[in-house]
Amino acid sequence: MAQAAIELIGINKSFGAVRANRDINLEIARGTIHGIVGENGAGKSTLMSILYGFYQADSGEIRVGGKPASIKTPNDAIALGIGMVHQHFMLVDNFSVLENVILGAESDALLKKSIAKARSELERLEREYGLEVDPDAIIEELPVGLQQRVEILKALYRGAEILILDEPTGVLTPAEADHLFRILKQLKEQGKTIVLITHKLREIMAITDTVSVMRQGTMVATRETRKTTVEELAELMVGRRVLLRVEKGEAEAGGVKLAVKNLTVKDQRGVTMVDDISFDLRAGEIVGIAGVAGNGQSELLEAISGIRHAVSGSVMLEGKPIDLTGAADPGELRDRGLAHVPEDRHHVGLVLAFEENENSILGYHDDERYLKGPFLDIDAIRNDARDKITKYDIRPADCRLKTANFSGGNQQKIVLAREMEQHPGVLIVGQPTRGVDVGAIEFIHKRLIAMRDQGKAVLVVSVELDEIRSLSDRILVMFAGRIVGERGPEASEGELGLLMAGVEQREAAE
Amino acid sequence: MSTPYAKLPAWADYGLIPLINLAVAFIVAGFVVMLVGENPFRAAVILVEGAFGKGTGIAFTLFYATTFIFSGLSVAVAAHCGLFNIGGEGQGYIAGLGIGIVSLAFDSVLPWWLTFPIAIIAAAAMGALWALIPAYLQAKRGSHIVITTIMFNFIAASVMVYALVGFLKPPSSMAPQTRTFLDGAQLPKLNWVIELFGAKIRSAPLNISFLLALVMAFLVWLLIWRTRLGYEMRTYGHSPKAARYAGISETRIIIIAMMISGALAGMMALNPTMGDQHNVALDFVSGAGFVGIAVALMGRLHPVGIVLAAILFGMLYQGGAELAFEMPAISRDMIVIIQGLVILFAGALEHMFRPYVQALFASISPRTVGMEAAKGKGA
Repeated sequence: MAQAAIELIGINKSFGAVRANRDINLEIARGTIHGIVGENGAGKSTLMSILYGFYQADSGEIRVGGKPASIKTPNDAIALGIGMVHQHFMLVDNFSVLENVILGAESDALLKKSIAKARSELERLEREYGLEVDPDAIIEELPVGLQQRVEILKALYRGAEILILDEPTGVLTPAEADHLFRILKQLKEQGKTIVLITHKLREIMAITDTVSVMRQGTMVATRETRKTTVEELAELMVGRRVLLRVEKGEAEAGGVKLAVKNLTVKDQRGVTMVDDISFDLRAGEIVGIAGVAGNGQSELLEAISGIRHAVSGSVMLEGKPIDLTGAADPGELRDRGLAHVPEDRHHVGLVLAFEENENSILGYHDDERYLKGPFLDIDAIRNDARDKITKYDIRPADCRLKTANFSGGNQQKIVLAREMEQHPGVLIVGQPTRGVDVGAIEFIHKRLIAMRDQGKAVLVVSVELDEIRSLSDRILVMFAGRIVGERGPEASEGELGLLMAGVEQREAAE
Repeated sequence: MSTPYAKLPAWADYGLIPLINLAVAFIVAGFVVMLVGENPFRAAVILVEGAFGKGTGIAFTLFYATTFIFSGLSVAVAAHCGLFNIGGEGQGYIAGLGIGIVSLAFDSVLPWWLTFPIAIIAAAAMGALWALIPAYLQAKRGSHIVITTIMFNFIAASVMVYALVGFLKPPSSMAPQTRTFLDGAQLPKLNWVIELFGAKIRSAPLNISFLLALVMAFLVWLLIWRTRLGYEMRTYGHSPKAARYAGISETRIIIIAMMISGALAGMMALNPTMGDQHNVALDFVSGAGFVGIAVALMGRLHPVGIVLAAILFGMLYQGGAELAFEMPAISRDMIVIIQGLVILFAGALEHMFRPYVQALFASISPRTVGMEAAKGKGA
């Protein structure tokens, strides 16, 4: 086996009580493409951030090229020949490609020399690796795939021998992704080492030589890619840990509450995020939408709740259409019985600078119960907030406390209490337990099931497969903006994992 | 680790830090005074005595403060909605047009207590109107409110020159100002209130608009923290995304907040015109709109803080004038330097000492800095 480019030995990293990396050992051979897979929050990005100098490990050792290395800042990493291509590009939008490439690596006070040097260097890189890009193009005018290429060029220009790519294909079209893989293979042939972080198993199978699987902060396995299968990786990724299952009876689905038909949503860049989706949500059932983050779930939720423009399709709430032009009044939808727990509670669902009681009326602040004429009825609002605090066991039980001072779980309970206590006919919930501690998860799940048992329609979107399986009466799997399958709650994790990874069922069976 | 401006106890946040900022401003100003060869301690004594020593000084201090309260409230209302209204100067100036027209029309026929409310409405309406256009452009076209309100300051200045050398000026006069208002547009003085406390006042312009300013401070508090509209403004100011989610119309809230802000800025024109000079003259706002930004920042956008900060700036204006009179080496421009230093340290560099104060508090007792609450005590 080739000499190791990087060795990580006994890496530990904690954020507060969360152990993001536990005793990680990893050896990456020189001149190979090494994949790292795992669910969201498994610790992949933390590990790579440690390697790139964004974080310091609490303990453990990093060896680069066999020698112990101390990587305190990204500059140390660059000096050791480690380059990183981030999921979200770190480019100056209104600079040219050349200017971005030399940014931070200018050799002189005057730019002329650096630019000339970079120009010839870029030409060489282009010849060697097929990394064509117009050096004088302005970044914001380039498509995403080319912007990513500039990121790769930046790393190579700084002499990177080891290239880390964090979810590189998340923003790419399939054709762009294919081109990226060709570039990566070429880089490998030139002796570079590539670390690919992804949760798309198909990519792992297509391009990597070795693959390591992370789960809940630990490295559970490392396999040679050609000796493993997608099924095995999916199982390793999802794990066989005991489910936190909440008791629930059979669903008694009633009439259709929410009907989504041929819904298509594009993002600001014009990329199709939700692609012709149709489904029904009935009274008395929980429908779960599973999928890896970024496959259009957020956009779907926002379109249904009237805060994002949809290109085409329709959404009927209790038989009446929802305005999908993006100009819908969320207040009016609330009046019609649609409650929405947004994925991003920090910026959307809550105003963190507000007192708890102020957040407990957000969106319902024009309700007569909380008003006396144009004035807020402070007593009514606080009493109402105190009731919810008791009912939902929100701690600390202080409705005057700033919302930012509550823990994630309690913040989520504030949002849930607000939305559920309006007794909506339809509740849509994005990531019900993201960043929520275990005790609160069970509580939130019980509440959601109680809502269902009262005959409400509940739509849950989550990247946590366990959560989807435990809550849902029906599971829809989203991949690349489409619903790629519907399963019952008895579907196995492996099966769902494959669907989430975009692997067709028949393909996997072969 | 990602919250550099974490919690401090309220008294440190609202009392200690402004005091430290102020002290540093005065220390630096003291060096400037030393540079011109005067004794900084004596200068400080003259400044404070000039502002608060005699009844007349107090009356002048409060007279200046009146204008700053209005302009400070104006900035604060917009800031609570996440908007930086830098156009108070122009909104106040253009309000002089409304005041001038109302006063010239009614001062011979109505008593002051009827002219005053009409003039308040006229001033507020002109200020609001002047803020409406930038607000509309921001809400509908995304034109940055800072740029447009600055530009509207210049437009207001030109419009006022046009009006004051034109139809507002008496035909025979050479001065670019209106004729002197008659009794019907002169606001009553408040000097007798200070005289109640035994102080003697020779002649000072403190007038009833000071009370209007205090009423407005209370109304702004009521608006921001006690009404549905204020709630919506604060929601939008903290998080436009949350406002969108809550069904608050971005266009509506921006326009309303800016119009209220403009109306308050407009009202500051009442004090120097109907309250003091009894005319509308060229450049009567003289920078009070900009001082309002410093006042609002120093007052932490709270009406009580704004009233206190306005009085501090009133003191600098009045005490500064005394200082220039008593110490010939300290010119009027030197006073502007001192005022500038206060604005610099209390406004622009507001957070300069905060990390050190926080570190100090954290080293004494981590609990006071609220660390354990921020980390969360579990569900």
